[in-house]
Amino acid sequence: MRGVAELMQLLTPGGHRITVASRARTTELAESPTATCDSRSDPPRGAGLPAAGPGNGPGGGEPTIVDIDLPVYVADLTDDELFGLYRDMVLVRRMDEEATSLQRQGELGLWASLRGQEAAQVGSGRALGPDDMAFPSYREHGVAWCRGVDPAAVLAIFRGVNLGGWDPAEHGFALYSIVVGAQTLHATGYAMGMAQDRSPGAAIVYFGDGASSEGDVNEAFGWASVFAVPLVFFCQNNQWAISEPARRQSRTEIFHRAAGFGFPSVRVDGNDVLACLAVTRWALATARAGRGPVLVEAVTYRMGAHTTADDPTRYRSSAELEAWHRRDPLDRIRTHLAARGLLAQERDRRLALETDTFAHELRARCTAMPDPDPTSLFDHVQVTENGLVAAQRSAFAATLDPGET
Amino acid sequence: MTSGAVIAGEQAADGGGQRTGEPAGPVPITLAKALNLGLRSAMAADPKVIVMGEDVGTLGGVFRVTDGLLKEFGEARVIDTPLAESAIVGTAIGLAMRGYRPVCEIQFDGFVYPAFDQIVSQLAKLHYRSAGRIRLPVTIRIPFGGGIGAVEHHSESPEAYFCHTAGLKVVACSNPADAHQMIQQAIRSDDPVIFLEPKRRYWEKAVVDPGSLGEPSPDATGGLHSSAVARAGTDATLVGYGPTVRTCLDAAEVSAADDGRSLEVVDLRSLSPLDLEPVLASVRRTGRLVVVHEAPSNVSVSAEVAARVTEQAFYSLEAPVLRVTGFDTPYPPARLEDHYLPDVDRILDAVDRSFGY
Ligand SMILES: Cc1ncc(C[n+]2csc(CCOP(=O)(O)OP(=O)(O)O)c2C)c(N)n1
Ligand SMILES: [Mg+2]
Repeated sequence: MRGVAELMQLLTPGGHRITVASRARTTELAESPTATCDSRSDPPRGAGLPAAGPGNGPGGGEPTIVDIDLPVYVADLTDDELFGLYRDMVLVRRMDEEATSLQRQGELGLWASLRGQEAAQVGSGRALGPDDMAFPSYREHGVAWCRGVDPAAVLAIFRGVNLGGWDPAEHGFALYSIVVGAQTLHATGYAMGMAQDRSPGAAIVYFGDGASSEGDVNEAFGWASVFAVPLVFFCQNNQWAISEPARRQSRTEIFHRAAGFGFPSVRVDGNDVLACLAVTRWALATARAGRGPVLVEAVTYRMGAHTTADDPTRYRSSAELEAWHRRDPLDRIRTHLAARGLLAQERDRRLALETDTFAHELRARCTAMPDPDPTSLFDHVQVTENGLVAAQRSAFAATLDPGET
Repeated sequence: MTSGAVIAGEQAADGGGQRTGEPAGPVPITLAKALNLGLRSAMAADPKVIVMGEDVGTLGGVFRVTDGLLKEFGEARVIDTPLAESAIVGTAIGLAMRGYRPVCEIQFDGFVYPAFDQIVSQLAKLHYRSAGRIRLPVTIRIPFGGGIGAVEHHSESPEAYFCHTAGLKVVACSNPADAHQMIQQAIRSDDPVIFLEPKRRYWEKAVVDPGSLGEPSPDATGGLHSSAVARAGTDATLVGYGPTVRTCLDAAEVSAADDGRSLEVVDLRSLSPLDLEPVLASVRRTGRLVVVHEAPSNVSVSAEVAARVTEQAFYSLEAPVLRVTGFDTPYPPARLEDHYLPDVDRILDAVDRSFGY
């Protein structure tokens, strides 16, 4: 695709979207404020990071990301595919808005909004192939979309009709993980298996800035590194863990942590969908090639409340919100599409129509979801029959009115 | 409820330190507010008491139980911790070794498990291992139980894991007055206490008598480990704790109105150690016992109560001890939780079965 380089310049004014934890460039980058993402003013701490890639000797031979021509990783994108990324983001945001309003109307028990994180999720999600496996937290509705998971199935969890209504194997998308950080270890083990099986794919695991403090996540970093597993750690630093700012979790930049565990890391502008796509494609390629894990820190922002149960006015300023509002990932891609002449009125109008229909159908399907059969709560406790559960099920079934089962 | 409840009304709470003699007199306060006031008194009374957990500072906790504490006591004593439960408990152990009295908040029941090793292998055992040299006055507050329509891991009842562990004390409050007093007693305890808060009862209000707020009693934890009769009755005994005490009281109400039965309700309050005297005394009079909790039945608190009552009051029993509990399944999705949770009907069914023997 022509003009990708300019395009990335356009999306990230100044073109400074990436720093790399590598021996070769750290000092230089750390001293150059322009080399860090423009969303953070503190210069990174901790110079003298070890070489990128497991098993590298001093000055190791692995390429660092600054040596990599990132635009190459999105050079094949056609105009239609570029518009497709925009369409994904528009639909996913609309899903989010619809879910938020369904929650307010009592149709969902809770909703965790992804507003503001569409670029990080669609960019990384569209980098995945059919052989790859994604491990989400609870906010990855955009990645779920990219993996072909029915949005209604995602809503079902928040409606309280089931605990995870899709088949992870079918979609290459594990169940949501509400216990913060636990999924990073599952992804590590899964990737160990992929390596042993000589799978052509890689795994990717999503987690937040808050999660980066959990023991599980740090243990996953160590294991993934030692066993050089084909895994991309994708941290969406959305600046907040409920009411706690990211600086309460880490005094270094999160992406710098990988260095201590001995694997490479990248920070990317998480509101730039092309940059996220390019970086994730690169990271997946590295993992698939057997060079071990990569940590990607996508710097983004949780524009909404933590969940519909949260009141962010208690802990963050409207000025901050306003500043990030100006970096809205949807505005960014729209600006870019417009500049490339890809926002023809007719196409935009058709997308608006499609979005309305999508939202309307999603709402209808959500509100039509019946409560599950009460006796189903006894299903699948274990693979083998458990006498105690079976006895409880029969006793329970006997108490139900005929209409209830 | 134990005697000498020491409670302030809302005015006292918001009035910045004035504790007694509020002209407006007692007003109903929520269980969450009662805990908040209890924490505040404990912090005011002892500068070594510190509160730590996720979102407990600026936000005041997701249930607002620690609301206002950061402002009043400052960042050194009200700590918004990084997101790491094992670290919350592990560092509390170190702080306690330095003479502090940490009060840890675990945000929801389902998130205590990352701290399991620190609680079960470290916190519970250091006093024993050190031949009594080390004391760990750590309180771990956990909102527990279901009934709020939450997503997964927000509705669990993990008490049995902790009751099974020697070295830990486990208590559960069920009403505002107890909540206010028990949290202060727990903090004064020189042993680690798992302090379970019935989250679906956080917003239930009760008038709590005003009085001297949080004066240390001669026996620092006096009354913390005693159970209490919540409603007197003569025909059968219901035993509950935490959120199911209210359910048992409702069942007793319905039973009196519909069946003319007089049910006694005992609130266990302390799950480890158990104070079974009031239960045994009750069973000796009624001959019938139904134990109610949200946790699954298998190897549970009700199993222990049933075993001990059978050992100690066998000849008083007219029927086997029956149990109404959560099922032995994972906590189900929210739309099914009403089927899972013990309710008035299931309790009264059990009472009927007891009378059927
Ligand atoms: C082990 C664990 N502890 C606490 C919680 C409660 N909790 C849910 S989300 C959250 C904050 C997570 O922040 P972050 O990892 O940054 O993800 P984000 O919500 O910003 O997407 C907390 C504390 C949890 N779900 N799991
Ligand atoms: Mg976050």
